[in-house]
Amino acid sequence: MDIQEYFSLVFSDYTLRTITLGTAILGAVTGMLGSFAVLRKQSLLGDAISHAALPGIAIAFLITGSKDTNTLLIGALISGLIGTFWIRGIVTKTHLKSDTALGLILSLFFGFGMLLLTFIQKQPNANQAGLDKYLFGQAATLVEKDVWLMAIITGLCLFVLLFFWKEFKLFLFDADYAKTLGFNTNFIDILITSFIVLAIVLGLQTVGVVLMSAMLLAPAAAARQWTNSLSKMVFLAAIFGAFSGVFGTAISASQNNLSTGPVIVIVASVFVVISFIFSPSRGLLFRQIRFIANRRDLEQQKTLAFMYHIAETHDNISHPHTIKILNNFQGYTRKTLQKLVDKGYVTLDGTMWSLTEKGFETAANLYNQQALKDE
Amino acid sequence: MSEIKIQEKTPVSERKMAVQVDDLTVAYNYKPVLWDIDLEIPEGVLMAIVGPNGAGKSTLIKAILGILKPIAGSVTIYGKPYDEQRKLVAYVPQKGSVDWDFPTTALDVVMMGTYGSLGWIKRPGLKEKKSSLEALEKVGMLAFKNRQISQLSGGQQQRIFLARALVQDASIYFMDEPFQGVDATTEIAIINILKELRKAGKTVIVVHHDLQTVPEYFDWVTFLNVKKIATGPVKDIFNDDNLTKTYGINYKVSIQE
Ligand SMILES: Nc1ncnc2c1ncn2[C@@H]1O[C@H](COP(=O)(O)OP(=O)(O)O)[C@@H](O)[C@H]1O
Ligand SMILES: [Mg+2]
Repeated sequence: MDIQEYFSLVFSDYTLRTITLGTAILGAVTGMLGSFAVLRKQSLLGDAISHAALPGIAIAFLITGSKDTNTLLIGALISGLIGTFWIRGIVTKTHLKSDTALGLILSLFFGFGMLLLTFIQKQPNANQAGLDKYLFGQAATLVEKDVWLMAIITGLCLFVLLFFWKEFKLFLFDADYAKTLGFNTNFIDILITSFIVLAIVLGLQTVGVVLMSAMLLAPAAAARQWTNSLSKMVFLAAIFGAFSGVFGTAISASQNNLSTGPVIVIVASVFVVISFIFSPSRGLLFRQIRFIANRRDLEQQKTLAFMYHIAETHDNISHPHTIKILNNFQGYTRKTLQKLVDKGYVTLDGTMWSLTEKGFETAANLYNQQALKDE
Repeated sequence: MSEIKIQEKTPVSERKMAVQVDDLTVAYNYKPVLWDIDLEIPEGVLMAIVGPNGAGKSTLIKAILGILKPIAGSVTIYGKPYDEQRKLVAYVPQKGSVDWDFPTTALDVVMMGTYGSLGWIKRPGLKEKKSSLEALEKVGMLAFKNRQISQLSGGQQQRIFLARALVQDASIYFMDEPFQGVDATTEIAIINILKELRKAGKTVIVVHHDLQTVPEYFDWVTFLNVKKIATGPVKDIFNDDNLTKTYGINYKVSIQE
């Protein structure tokens, strides 16, 4: 199947439609919530939560013996929450940095989870196979009820986001100040973190423990490049996440052996790379272009200013002067002179130049503008 | 709030206490960074808190505002705990305490000053927008209202923070180094606003670094270095003796020269 075929099948084929819808919704909800993690500079949080969820899956299986997704994900949710609140506890009770606490919980829970998985693997009953799909995810196992669950959680998340928008924004920007205004910052923090845990747990089946944090961070990091408004950033992150889900599924469906989770993450990373290079205000490319343009402008302005000082000494500002004078002035080039002519600031006549009315005024204004800019 | 308005002329001895701190001790780790602080701030003063880096000036403000929980001691604002009086108090944090690359505009940040009176859930409306624009005007930043905050200079960011506190329309203002990294024009603009606040009967408490300007800007001063060294009128206690006790160096050739 090639990509074209995929897109013609996606609306009619039940399985394909389910998987695509699931990955799209998952991408959207993790993108939205990821914005908060990115703005709080908690890039390790997603990793810690997803890794902390692993032992929960194993324990849920050991207790119930069931491989039903919802049962296992409830296990994941519980151990994800326990891990996350241990991190909070460690940070507030001890004097460890939050990165240290995150790393500690991440390795501890993941190690324990792997231990349990190996133990289950060695059990005689054949039922155990398949738990390791939670390591890298297996989108193909998504069924309609999984997608419904994702949709419900996403709707709930959206509702809470709109409801507490003002509080979230205040908390993200200046938590101490929020506290002095009488907002319970602990409550806001727990609310945001719980939803992040929920979104991550939802994604374990599709993307898996190991790559889940990329789903949280990549769309949000990409979105940050394109806008300076929080609401637009959250919205864009959701869009980028959803597109990563759809394209990732499309690519993996059209290339038989590629598993979906990693491909989705790669697509999301492509969004990041493109955004970091091409964003008009923050991207590397335009920053470089602006830098070069600025330098060129500056050269022209300096040349114009120099001419202005010469012209000033004459009653007639358009009195012609020889180009040779300009050679005394460092930074002058033929090219800048030509640019000034093109702009109509200067006229050339053989080896003589003269400032036009327009050029004179522009030069006079340069000083005022410079003064304004420094303000 | 009008009932606590006072005349600038009222003698300090007859004034109410805006802030009262008793036996306050605060620690982040095991070693206290504030030790047994007693402090009374009469209403209507413009007070500087001075002390070397790491003296606990920011910590003192944070403890008074309930951001930090003290190990011991109590704080009252006009005789009641902070929780009951928070609408009387506004706060300007140290500028470096937030990420100025946060995706938001100058007006948006100022508007946050209205969130406290709005309470949970309720969104700011026209009234809040109007008072925020007025505050921006007061600090001379109206033209920058839609600017992304990362594209403001340090002085402009400081003015935005001040505007956010002004919107709170409080009786007591706590400001942590509002002159840090600002140019001379901004410094004058800010001090004029602070003096105006005092004239309106407000109490203004400012963490301040430039010892030279203390007598010119402030009428009240607190010397702090883990312990409270001294507190009182600038004309009575701002002297070499207290400066030396606070900074630990000989301040003989200070200030007046
Ligand atoms: N969050 C924190 N965790 C641990 N120690 C802190 C923290 N904040 C401040 N300190 C320490 O507390 C002391 C007082 O800090 P601070 O109140 O910021 O001083 P100041 O504002 O007077 O410069 C310093 O020694 C500082 O290192
Ligand atoms: Mg400080």
